[in-house]
Amino acid sequence: MDYSQFLVMKQEIALIVAFLLVFLCDTFMPKRSQGAIGWISIIAFAAVTAFGFCPSLLEGNPDAFSGMYSAGVAEVNIKNILNIGALIVMIQALRWAKEDMVKIRRGEFYELLLVTLFGMYLMISSRHFLLFVIGLETASLPLAAMVAFDKHRYESREAAVKYILTAVFSTAIFLMGLSFVYALSGSLYFDGIAAAVTYEGVNTLLVVALAFVISGIGFKLSLVPFHLWTADVYQGAPTPVTSYLSVISKGAAAFAFLVVLWKAFGTVYSEAWEWMLYALIILTITIGNLFAMRQRNMKRFLAFSSISQAGYIMLGVIAYNYMGMAALMYYVLVYIFSNLAAFGVIGAIENATGKVWMDDYKGLYKTNPRLAFTMMLAMFSLAGIPPFAGFFSKFFIFTSAINQGSVAIYVLVLIALINTIISLYYYLLVVKAMFISQDDCTIATFRSACSERFALWVCVAGIVGLGIVSCVYNHLLEAVL
Amino acid sequence: MDISVIYYLVPSLVMFCCGVYGFVTRKNMIAMLISLELMLNSVDINFVVFNRYLFPGQLEGMFFTLFAIAIAAAETALAIAIIINIFRASKNIDVTDITKMKF
Repeated sequence: MDYSQFLVMKQEIALIVAFLLVFLCDTFMPKRSQGAIGWISIIAFAAVTAFGFCPSLLEGNPDAFSGMYSAGVAEVNIKNILNIGALIVMIQALRWAKEDMVKIRRGEFYELLLVTLFGMYLMISSRHFLLFVIGLETASLPLAAMVAFDKHRYESREAAVKYILTAVFSTAIFLMGLSFVYALSGSLYFDGIAAAVTYEGVNTLLVVALAFVISGIGFKLSLVPFHLWTADVYQGAPTPVTSYLSVISKGAAAFAFLVVLWKAFGTVYSEAWEWMLYALIILTITIGNLFAMRQRNMKRFLAFSSISQAGYIMLGVIAYNYMGMAALMYYVLVYIFSNLAAFGVIGAIENATGKVWMDDYKGLYKTNPRLAFTMMLAMFSLAGIPPFAGFFSKFFIFTSAINQGSVAIYVLVLIALINTIISLYYYLLVVKAMFISQDDCTIATFRSACSERFALWVCVAGIVGLGIVSCVYNHLLEAVL
Repeated sequence: MDISVIYYLVPSLVMFCCGVYGFVTRKNMIAMLISLELMLNSVDINFVVFNRYLFPGQLEGMFFTLFAIAIAAAETALAIAIIINIFRASKNIDVTDITKMKF
């Protein structure tokens, strides 16, 4: 065996090194210096992030382990994007990790976060379903432990139960679909499946298998009708975990979904899975939007908003071209900044005052103008108002879908556009509460922690900067072509 | 004497459907977990049978089954830990009672 192929998975190895470092520090450091564990993990992980941007040591073949694993330019790029998001989440979590209930276990939070990220790396890079399933489980099982992290708070426990039961259920359905795929093709390699599943071979078993596979991954992505766990889990989980779940986990699952559908089932695109995805996208965007309107809890509100955003992300998958792939990556990048800005503000207010309801935000502009302004930028970006980054990510993803060319996709993009306008209503509700509404018991002026302010500045820079410098998209597109 | 592949697939499918039915109808969380195990194990049977009957020259399905068993064990361990955690809070593992967060 050629051991040099381990060098292809340099990002995974760097991440494992960072994880071991944090783990050893957490275990062996004396009690009084435990406060540094957050900073140690952030520095270690920042090094991993920087390392990901370094040019590869190896030239040539990005595949390893007889094609089970592949780290091409697109995979490296999406991992870098996820790294940036995870780093921001870790910085945002610093303040929360100092609370008394969390303090004694804070090392575990960072360790679990790094392990789930490792699972997502495997999911993204796998070209064999065995590796994919292992990555999927490595990503989703520690997440259940993270959701249950506030184990003295009832909501956190309830959210964890709902998460783990639906996650295992979806895994079982996904594996059932895989067994049918195996029966059809005799291989679990994506290439082997693509070779065996051909245009002539479309039959009922293949459609059933694909329906099972898509619903299995749809659970992880919280596509409607597999979304029912999302709002409860987002509300119950600690805020840093919610933000991690809503951006990083979702971004990784979206890209992995794209890779599976393209590489393994690309040959039966229009026969087998285009119309399934078509229905899922319409349902996801519309129902996510309609339910977001009636939410008053900010975390539930963002949960439904993230459901409808997942529908937009899926447009990049149904586009089935390289523009779609690049647009999906750009969308995930922008979504990371916008959503993390929103969750950063919610987390800062929750840490300072414990308030999470939309009515509590009334008159926030008077007392905390900078937080209100950040929240406004995040909402504008999520809604897709130019010149912020969210407009360009939506623009690119719609363009890529239209380039696919069929009339049905035009209709789909039209429905998505109408939904963008509907979504404006509820995003602006938050802005209205903060800037226009008056209330007697507004949140008092407070100074958020240094780490929170830093993370929010980074997010704001991302939202505004990516709107101006949208040539990042061109860079991503050139990389995947 | 040859046993046809259908004699394995039908019990496996019945197991899977029982699992889905149990997951949907049971109120006790441990019973729901058992139903999930039924579903995961029926998948294992499927993989082994497809490998043995359709592709006897290779071992991919068998290996997948080994990993799937390990993953199922990890899932069960975690789920039981979380269920014990909620039992400590409410002295009850009835799934109809964990309805603090709803639409």
